[in-house]
Amino acid sequence: MDYINAFWVGGLICAIVQILLDRTKLMPGRIMVLLVCTGAVLSAFRIYDPFAEYAGAGATVPLIGFGHLLYQGVKDAVDECGVLGLFMGGLRASATGISAALIFGYLASLVFKPKMKE
Amino acid sequence: MNERMGHQSIRFGEPVYIRSGASVAGKKEGEGPLGPCFDEIEKDPLAGEKTWEQAESALQHRAALRALDKAGIRNTDLRMIFAGDLLAQCTASCYNLAQLDVPVYGLFGACSTMGEALSLASMAVAGDFAEYAMALTSSHFASAEKEFRFPLAYGSQRPLSATWTVTGSGACVLSKEKSGAAVTGITTGKIVDYGLKDSMNMGACMAPAACDTICTHLQDFGRQPEEYSKIITGDLGSVGQQILFDLLEKQGYDIKRQHLDCGMLIFDDAVQDTHAGGSGCGCSAVVFASYILPRIISGEWKRVLFVPTGALMSKVSFAEGQTVPGIAQAVVVEHMEEKD
Amino acid sequence: MENQKNVQAREYERYVKKVTPTHSLPVNMARAFLVGGLICVLGQYILNTAQAMGADKEEAGCWCSLILIFLSVLLTGLNIYPKLAKFGGAGTLVPITGFANSVAAPAIEYQKEGQVFGIGCKIFTIAGPVILYGVVSSWALGLIYCVMRLWR
Repeated sequence: MDYINAFWVGGLICAIVQILLDRTKLMPGRIMVLLVCTGAVLSAFRIYDPFAEYAGAGATVPLIGFGHLLYQGVKDAVDECGVLGLFMGGLRASATGISAALIFGYLASLVFKPKMKE
Repeated sequence: MNERMGHQSIRFGEPVYIRSGASVAGKKEGEGPLGPCFDEIEKDPLAGEKTWEQAESALQHRAALRALDKAGIRNTDLRMIFAGDLLAQCTASCYNLAQLDVPVYGLFGACSTMGEALSLASMAVAGDFAEYAMALTSSHFASAEKEFRFPLAYGSQRPLSATWTVTGSGACVLSKEKSGAAVTGITTGKIVDYGLKDSMNMGACMAPAACDTICTHLQDFGRQPEEYSKIITGDLGSVGQQILFDLLEKQGYDIKRQHLDCGMLIFDDAVQDTHAGGSGCGCSAVVFASYILPRIISGEWKRVLFVPTGALMSKVSFAEGQTVPGIAQAVVVEHMEEKD
Repeated sequence: MENQKNVQAREYERYVKKVTPTHSLPVNMARAFLVGGLICVLGQYILNTAQAMGADKEEAGCWCSLILIFLSVLLTGLNIYPKLAKFGGAGTLVPITGFANSVAAPAIEYQKEGQVFGIGCKIFTIAGPVILYGVVSSWALGLIYCVMRLWR
């Protein structure tokens, strides 16, 4: 059941974003920013959690999950150590994703050569 | 006597002969409908070099040497080269021309550069300022993508109005020595801006400029479209072509029978998935040298209006939300009888 | 005069929009749905497997991101991800794999421009804004949360 929920929720988010891609002049970069910020807002309004509970990876794998992770990190850190947490929590919570992308990306630049599109 | 026509055109007193045309194209272009026409097809996208930019220079270098060879002259015989490309500060041309050791004028007219180069080279020859002059341009898919769009490995969808930058370079040697084709007149294009900002629909950005130049040309010379075997635009693509027809219709001209577009000739969208067509200043140059010129020399086409089109934009102007103005340069090329 | 020019520009834009062909939106949406959905299913599989192997929910989430990012970078290097993206559109952009692709692609492309100003700077060209605005927006929302907590 969790597979089906992940599939249709994740797929639906992508399908909706496809409308933005095709029907507006928004570039992919802007859309990614939009998704992350949306995730943070959803998380702040406590909509994200019940949603993620239902959809599983369908909610966490899309970039809105990244936004949620950032906000959740900030919030937990604020609970833990007050104002300082505002500056600690976000990156701490999202460290795996960012580090993995940077490290693997860097390694890829050592291994792979630029290729021509066909 | 050279003669100024109207506000924007020149009719040359003596024809400026096109002594030779040479084209070097990439793999995808070689697989397209014009594949058999090219002088050389370079299968390696890097052309044996280290970077895309160097590869573009190398293609240009080979096209230049081939054109010299076909014209039967040496680089020292050239009085000047008019050269350009799409890279920032025309670097592809610079590095190529440093090796050629010939006086140079570097040009930027976006994808219209071949028209600009042919116009200026013709003027130089017609004015007796050069016995031999060369027009030379190039573009490379990868260097252009990198310069203007995304890294090549980045995943994105291209809209149907997008064009595919041609990898290749074309060169022509002009002189007053007789040959089967000659430039007999030119019309210098104005920059035309209809306020469009979509860099993924360059055909629509350039079509108004093409319309303006074609209309002005016909008025300046007092001719009708029927007096041309072909009117060939640079890289409007299928979208731009439709718009050009509509715009010209409003001006009272119908060129549907004569019109061809280099961008639509070079690729077969149905098989090659290039969408609206080819583009880049290599596009009109290789198509001119490999496909158009031989047909004029053979007499199949008596008089051709060659109108390369360019979308004038940079990365910065795009980022700052500026419009994409267009330009088009028209060159009249006619069939000539070689015997007196 | 200026106004008239604007009217003309808008008219031309409208006309261009009419004659410019576009991809079929339903088809593209269906593809995005399929590809995006499948990537999420893969994520769910990693989540479930990690949890079955004893990871807690947070750790499982980390493994999930890690493996998806690795796969995406690998496919980017092998020039397969762009092909997938051409088919799947937003289906490959929205998941975390799209983020990884946007990091790896410039890193590979700009290696010729050197370690520091090539790879080092350009690796952030597309991903940088995502990190920046993610951090700033979550900080701003956290600030509101902070103030509201003090209020109570």
